[in-house]
This record gives sequence, structure tokens and C-alpha cells, in this order.
Amino acid sequence: MKFPRAAAIMQRPALAAGATITLLLAMVALVSLVWTPYPYTDMNIAMRLQPPSARHWLGTDQFGRDILSMLMAGSRNSFAVGFVAVGIGLGIGVALGTTAAVRGGIVDDVVMRLADFTFAFPAVLSAIMITAWLGPGAVNAIIAIGIFNIPVFARLSRGSALQVLSRDFILAARAAGKGMARITVEHVLPNIAGILVVQATIQFALAILAEAGLAYLGLGTQPPNPSWGRMLNEAQTFMHRSPWLAIFPGAAIALAVLGFNLLGDGLRDLIDPKLRRARS
Amino acid sequence: MLALLVRRVIGLVLTLLAAAVVVFVVMEVLPGDPAAVMLGVQATPETLAALRTELGLDRPAPVRFATWIIDLLQGDLGISYTYRVPVAGLIAERLTITVPLALLSIALSTAIALPLGILAAARHDRPADAGIMVFSQIGVAVPNFWFALLLVLLFSVTLGWLPSGGFPGWQAGIGAAFAALALPAISLALPQAAILARVTRSAVLDALGEDYVRTARAKGLTRAATLRRHVLRNALIPVVTIMGLQFSFLLAGAIIIENVFYLPGLGRLVFQAIAQRDLIVVRDIVLLLAAMVIFINFAVDVLYTLIDPRLRGQRT
Repeated sequence: MKFPRAAAIMQRPALAAGATITLLLAMVALVSLVWTPYPYTDMNIAMRLQPPSARHWLGTDQFGRDILSMLMAGSRNSFAVGFVAVGIGLGIGVALGTTAAVRGGIVDDVVMRLADFTFAFPAVLSAIMITAWLGPGAVNAIIAIGIFNIPVFARLSRGSALQVLSRDFILAARAAGKGMARITVEHVLPNIAGILVVQATIQFALAILAEAGLAYLGLGTQPPNPSWGRMLNEAQTFMHRSPWLAIFPGAAIALAVLGFNLLGDGLRDLIDPKLRRARS
Repeated sequence: MLALLVRRVIGLVLTLLAAAVVVFVVMEVLPGDPAAVMLGVQATPETLAALRTELGLDRPAPVRFATWIIDLLQGDLGISYTYRVPVAGLIAERLTITVPLALLSIALSTAIALPLGILAAARHDRPADAGIMVFSQIGVAVPNFWFALLLVLLFSVTLGWLPSGGFPGWQAGIGAAFAALALPAISLALPQAAILARVTRSAVLDALGEDYVRTARAKGLTRAATLRRHVLRNALIPVVTIMGLQFSFLLAGAIIIENVFYLPGLGRLVFQAIAQRDLIVVRDIVLLLAAMVIFINFAVDVLYTLIDPRLRGQRT
């Protein structure tokens, strides 16, 4: 797989926008580890529900906490959820998908029917069930979201691996005496890595949305750790008086999802020119 | 055609049975005793034992599964532990809100997405196309519950046109009921419309590139007539697929949106049932929702063959 050069990225406005938004958010998340305008847990009742001002750029919440600081710290949470949930889906899904493709027969049938079947259960509903039983919290929310990434990657990697396995160089590798496990690692995985990276980017965006939804319902990240979804939940009570409470966290979620989606779509067009021609 | 339908129906029944097994097994393997989970930490051994008998937990799992399925087939969904009423009645009552909400959302998203998608394809690479694609990207990225809050801020708080939540009941009149469902339906429809518009655009673009379109144009058909007679019918297949898939997203979205607007629908019921640990209600609703998704996928499969006669030969 070839990774795109910076110049190729800059020629595509959507991809460039996606890459820029994602990088900026990643930097915000990193900076928040060492610095935020105010400590995000600091309450100051005298300064509660302040509108945006020079002192508090995005205003304060009902406890007088600085919204910008909470949003910055919340970005860490969104990135962590995205990385781990997609990692779970990628790790287990690709292992299952490539095994199904290589082994074929009943293994293939079982894995694919399981994957199809998982789609029959609305993911948010199942995530709500899992977090409700395991208890609300960031880790359980991540597990719940991760589980529903598994069939996505299993199907994708199976389909892509089957295409690679039909190529002549696989036959050559087999003739050279390589076993299927070695062929999978040395030939199949490098050839499907590109499409997996693209899908991972898109699933990352979906994971951020799903975690925000769970947190909004009170099932995700718990206080005092800030989460964009929970900030929206808390904002609902006060938004008649202080609308900015509801506006900024939602805008942060939308921006992050938009960034990852643009990045994923742009990378797909860049990696697969055939697809680009078909779409344009 | 009949043989295909019979095969599909057998597949449908098997999938439904498998869904029931999964829901049952998930409830079985969950940590802890369901009776203890439902009663909480303050339960006495006597109340625990009574509830275990009431739930049939003292019987072997296969017997309980069989009883559950037989009862389900007879329309008996058990008694809700929290509400102390039959679950079937509870669900039926809530469906009078969730089903109209879902239908309204699908109608809205289709009404927005199809014209936009077709327009974008017809005006390919022109400003209208770019504008519609930007709308689509933003529509997909905006969380529906945030969009819901923004709608409340605009239409309820600022303009005072529509209620910010609650449901007056159908007896209050169709106008009042639809007014209560309007903002939730719009919030649910936006992301669906954004996705559907993209799919419609690329399906129409794909169809426009086919040989039969060139032939139709060579015969002297106008661009609009070609689009109407040849392109749209062929482009419908992927669009219908996505609409089917969207139904499950819609059901999941309804859980969050009904909570935003305090709508007493199925989504809010299952969320509350989980919070109140009413396992009987949770089990029945999860199976019902999964069954709805499975039925919709089945209907989409059958619709395929009606839209595209070529598929009949391939699948039998």
C-alpha cells in the first residue's frame, strides 16, 4: 500500500480540510494534557452561566466551569474512545475476516452469518443494553461500541482478502512453499491495509458520535471526566437561559465527525482512483 | 418467483428464531441473578425466591426458552415487573407514538433526499452539486440529538411555534399530536436524508454512465425523459437498500430522540426499562426491534426482485 504524499493531499480540498480538522483536534487533545485555560474541574459558583467573554471565551456552565477547558479535555475522551473502539473492531474483525477468506467453507459461513446477524440488532440499543448491565462508564461504552465495529471490519477484510487471494502473486507465493498464515501476513494484510485505514477513519467518526449519544443518555464517561455528549445532556436544563451551553459541545462533536469523515472519504478517493472515476 | 419467496420466508423464520436465541442467551449469561438484578441490593431472600418463581427462574433454561417462544406466538409477552401490566399492551401503547414518528421521519428524509440526490447528479460538478454535497457532509456529521436541541432553541424557545417536548396524546387532536412529533421527526430525518441524498446521487451517476442511457439519448430522448424513464428505475435499487438499512438506525435514533423530547414511545420505554431493570420488558422490546429490522431487510430483498426482474433469475 502506498501512503499519499502531502502534495497530493493539498490538491484535494475536502481531504485537506479533513486532514487539517483532524490534526487540529489531535493537537487540542494533546495540549489539553498539559494546559487548559482553567482547570476543567474548577467550580466557581460566582461565575456560573456566564456568556462568552474575554475571560471565558466560550462562557461557563452551571457550576462556573470554563466551557473551553471542558471542551479541550473532552476531546481527549473522544479520541480515546475512537482509538480503542476502532482498535477492538479492527483487531478482532480483521482476524475473523481474513481467516474466513483464507479457510473458506464452514468457517467462512459461520463468520459471515454472525456478522450479518449482528447488524439485525440496532447498535445503539445493544450498546445501551451492554452499558446498562456492565454499568455506565467510559470503558464499558468503548467495549460496547468496539463490539459493533467487529462485523464491519470482518466483512470488509473478508471481501478485500478474497480479491487479493485470487491474484497471481498469491499462487506464486504458494508455489514457493509459503504457508497460508505467512501469505496472509506477508501478502494479504499489506494489500488490504489501505482500505482498512479508510474504513477505520470513518468508524472513528461513528465511534465519536456513538459515545456522544451514550454519554448524552448518561451511560458514557462519568463525572468529573468531561465528555462532549454529557455536556449536552447537562446543557439541556439550562439552555433556555444559556444557549451557548448547548451550542459549543454539539459543534465540537459535529466538527470532529466532519473532519474524520472528510479524511476517510478523501483517502478512499486518493487510494482507489477507480472509485474516484466512478464517483466523479 | 414463488420458490424464491418460499426460500426467503424460511430464511426469515430461521433468522427470527436465531434472534430469539441470542436475546435469551444474552439475558442468561449476563452476570448476576436476574431476580436479584431486578430487585436491587435491598431484596430479602423471601422476595427474591418469590420473584424467581414468578419469572420461572427455578425451571431449566431450555424449558423457559420454549415457554417464552410459545407465549410470544400466542401474543402473551408477560407482565412488566415495574408497571405491573401486560407487556404487550405497554408496547402497543408506545408504538402509537414510535411508529408514526418513524414513518414521518422516513417520509421527510425521502422527500428531502431523492430530489436533492437527483438534482446533484443532474447538475454534476456544478455549484448545485457541490452545495448539496456540503449539506450531505454536514448532515452526516451533526449528531441528531444536538440538532434536536438546536431546533428546540429556534422553534420552541425563540419563536414559540412548536412544543419543546412531551406528547399530548392522539385524543388531543391530530394537529396537536403532529405538532409534538414535528421536531423529533425533523431531527431524526436530517442525518438519514444526508446519507440518502449521497446514495441517490451516486446511484443516478452510475446509471447515467450506462450504455442504455447513451442509446436512449441517441434515439432522441431528451435528458429529462431519459432520466425519468431509464435512469431512476435502475438507480432505485441501491436507494431502497439504504432505506432498509436506515430503518435500524432510525429505531436506534428514536431511543435518543424520544429521550430528548420526553416522548413516551418505545425508545423511551426500553431506556427506562433498562434503568429500572425491568428485564421482561427489555427482552421483549429488544426482540421486537431486532424482528422489525429483520422484517424490513426481508421486505427490501423482496422489493429488489420486484424493481429489478434480472435479479429473479440470479437468486432462484
